[in-house]
Amino acid sequence: MKSIKAALIDATLNTVETLVGHLPDPAPDPLRNAREFIGKPYPRVDGRLKVTGQARYATEHPIAGMTHAVVVHSSIAKGKISHLDTQAAESVPGVLAVMTHRNAPRMKTPETASLFNPVAGSNTSVPVMQSADITWNGEAVAVVVAETLELANYAAGLVGIRYEEEPAALSLEAEKGNATIPTLVVTQSPEVNIGDAKAALAVAPVVSDQEYETPWQNQHAMEPHASIAAWMGKDQLLVYDSTQSPPGVQHNLARMFDLKPEQVRVVTEFVGGAFGGKVAAWSNVPLAAAAARLVGRPVKLALSRAGVSMVVGGRTLTQQRVALGATLDGKLTAMIHTGYGMRTTKDVWAEQYTFPIRHLYASPNIHVLQKVVRLDRVQNSYMRAPGETPGSFALESAMDELAHKLGLDPVELRMRNEPDKDPTHGTYFSSRHLREAYALAAGKFGWDPQRPEPGTQREGDWLIGTGVATAFYPVQQLPVTIKARITADGHVEVSTSSIEMGVGLATVQTQHIAERFGVPYERARYLHGDTDLPMSQASGGSAATSSVGAAIHAAADKLTEKLLKLAQRNKQSVLRGVKRKNVELRAGGLYRLDQPAVGESYEQLLGASGQAFVEAEGSVPASALVLNMKTSMASYGAHFCEVRVHARTRQVQVRRFMSAFDCGRIMNPQTARSQIVGGIIMGIGMALMEEAVYDERTGRLMTPSLGEYHVPVHADVPEFEVYFLDEPDPVMPMGTKPVGEVSIVGTAAAVANAVFQATGIRVRHLPITADKLL
Amino acid sequence: MTTTFPINPPAPAALLLPEPGPVTLHVNGQSIALTIAPWTTLLDALREHAHLSGTKKGCDHGQCGACTVLMNGTRINSCLSLAVMHQDDEITTIEGLAHGDELHPLQQAFIDHDAFQCGYCTPGQLCSAVGLLSEGHARTAEEIRELMSGNICRCAAYPHIVSAIQEVMHAQPLRP
Ligand code: FES
Ligand code: FES
Repeated sequence: MKSIKAALIDATLNTVETLVGHLPDPAPDPLRNAREFIGKPYPRVDGRLKVTGQARYATEHPIAGMTHAVVVHSSIAKGKISHLDTQAAESVPGVLAVMTHRNAPRMKTPETASLFNPVAGSNTSVPVMQSADITWNGEAVAVVVAETLELANYAAGLVGIRYEEEPAALSLEAEKGNATIPTLVVTQSPEVNIGDAKAALAVAPVVSDQEYETPWQNQHAMEPHASIAAWMGKDQLLVYDSTQSPPGVQHNLARMFDLKPEQVRVVTEFVGGAFGGKVAAWSNVPLAAAAARLVGRPVKLALSRAGVSMVVGGRTLTQQRVALGATLDGKLTAMIHTGYGMRTTKDVWAEQYTFPIRHLYASPNIHVLQKVVRLDRVQNSYMRAPGETPGSFALESAMDELAHKLGLDPVELRMRNEPDKDPTHGTYFSSRHLREAYALAAGKFGWDPQRPEPGTQREGDWLIGTGVATAFYPVQQLPVTIKARITADGHVEVSTSSIEMGVGLATVQTQHIAERFGVPYERARYLHGDTDLPMSQASGGSAATSSVGAAIHAAADKLTEKLLKLAQRNKQSVLRGVKRKNVELRAGGLYRLDQPAVGESYEQLLGASGQAFVEAEGSVPASALVLNMKTSMASYGAHFCEVRVHARTRQVQVRRFMSAFDCGRIMNPQTARSQIVGGIIMGIGMALMEEAVYDERTGRLMTPSLGEYHVPVHADVPEFEVYFLDEPDPVMPMGTKPVGEVSIVGTAAAVANAVFQATGIRVRHLPITADKLL
Repeated sequence: MTTTFPINPPAPAALLLPEPGPVTLHVNGQSIALTIAPWTTLLDALREHAHLSGTKKGCDHGQCGACTVLMNGTRINSCLSLAVMHQDDEITTIEGLAHGDELHPLQQAFIDHDAFQCGYCTPGQLCSAVGLLSEGHARTAEEIRELMSGNICRCAAYPHIVSAIQEVMHAQPLRP
């Protein structure tokens, strides 16, 4: 009999299936090989605005009567505010209000966005400034609003607070004994058991069994989280917000302020980077709206850099065990991946670090188990390829360790364990070209399968090493609705509320529109970033291009029908009497398939009917379930890197990085390359420098600025080569697969593996700083 | 368990706050008259008072370079400088790099090389690159990387920024 817990998990998974169960259309998209606009390196549609300083980010919308807000953060992790002295701050001329739990407008408790509740729009379900309770060190305890930013900043320093402190859980290591098993890891079970991995490991001729640790990391998008909130009367709220999800923020604010979603408009023209940190609203957004209500004027609230790292959750720290058993010829017989990440009291976001091992290698025996440890910290959250990133560090380091023990080329070890079916779901791959990616990148890199022993290659004072790792990121689909409109002057405009955070979505969709509707590039337009437009959920999961693309495809099908109907009504039309399956959108109009020259342009069709435009909506539902689908769908890549480590100072530099990717069809090689390079560089940051340090006695963040939390700068960047196989996936819209996140996956392991080859020292606890190489 | 944290001393009764006063800045060839308190940074004066929001705030601590502007042709972090100190200086911001519709060669090169993604660090990278070229110290990609390292790009468009700068640098006559 199944345990109650297992039954509960099954029931939940079934609900997920019925809620959003969705199979991609198995009919291949005719555009998957189209080449007129798709696949070309068009410059970004917003390039000119961005290089001239005209692109407007959240706080750059001038509104009359603007005021400025500054947040005061708690200095304890858990307890209560026992005493508040706001008088000094309030007495500063120009200060309009000091908002605390005593006078903040009533706000309902936010709901955490999830697959079950995607529009909830909050990253946590912690009440915002509604009581004296403190749940993490850095939580917002007061907001000072003043006529100028300088006055608000000054007065924020005058707010006096005393706390009654309670014991807090602050160390993952210390709390591990109280770890629990989460109900779900994203949409999957936290536990997988295939065969008997423990028994198989015990008898495996060659074993690597090690623990790996990754630290807490911050997204640190260059634009700090920021909003402008303005009330129009009592019940209309306008918010300019730096978010990945205008509709999420809209619904979150509507819920918290007891409004209908229509009463809240959220506008996001440009987002200055996000990397998962802006998927849903953090407390700064409702606080801006509350402060605006309190002072009766528009409020601008931009978190400070320190505020971002205190109010916005980063990537959980992890402790992972990966144990691999293999035969002497390098066939995996056992794979075990278990570990710990954090959760908070209110919310469980179990980061999916065991996803790579579930899908990358064939093994008859697999055991996976994820646990979470409750900590009194800011809610852990999404950061570029959540789960796959820390998980791949452990798994791909372990594969390297195993290859070393076997005396086998690590590339060859991976090739010997390529599965022909999804190892945990038993499904076939829609497309998987990892072998080709390895072959291509290995050739370009000049990979030597018989590398010298670790620690033996030297150039002057520098030790040289090379390393490889596999990249992987699963396909997801976001809920998207778009509106497509063809106008009588032959233009096509597509609009949706989802945003452009720099990934190139607006550019590639403009290319897509031109291709799908057969219009010149200049006649295609993509409007985005406003909840007044049709609702699309958060941009994330590397799924925006294909999800928006699928919705545009759906709308184009409807428009084909609508245009054909117009033609049927027109006695003169050459398309009269032609069947739906015999027409297509092409060359700026509707044309017969059997006689390609016969058809009518959009101008003719709409002109004859006297209509200014014809429009249709297209939608696709959410599906984070693709790994449960009939086919197993993911992007793959092969990373090769070369590092040098200074023999005496132990400084590590990445010298060369070369990768090849199977990311399906590439819409725009230039913007795709930018995303891939960006992800790899963030991965190099993860490997060598990124680490948020908390004082485990107080929960205080010790790395609140970019002076302590280091991110890669120009000088850290190696020589790059990036290759795309550009093979269309047979079932995905336009043949595309995820591009945004796949490249950070495996990067840290590739660097760590190269450092091992350079020095003979295996670092299993990121980041790889000089002290760990002494 | 009760822990007492020191309460900040109450503000003195007759608090001497810096009074707003007239400050004139010369930005992109125009004089801008502002009434601002002397503790206003050049960055906040530009963004919040002069409504020139092309210059960005990434950290307010001199750690990211998003706020880079040119002061008499020299690149500076505008968040680390007070506006009132610059009344005799010629300030150039991202809004002042192009001549009408004609982009500065670096702006065009940034578009051509896809030297940005979100675009938030871009004004700072561009102003910094203009400063770098006029300094004339950088010749190689490695030198560009070293001398542009004060400008963080979290989207990590770094290799493309360097190739854009290289293209413009090589199109220009080398300085002695
Ligand atoms: S805002 Fe000035 S250096 Fe970051
Ligand atoms: S382009 Fe986004 S930070 Fe540089």
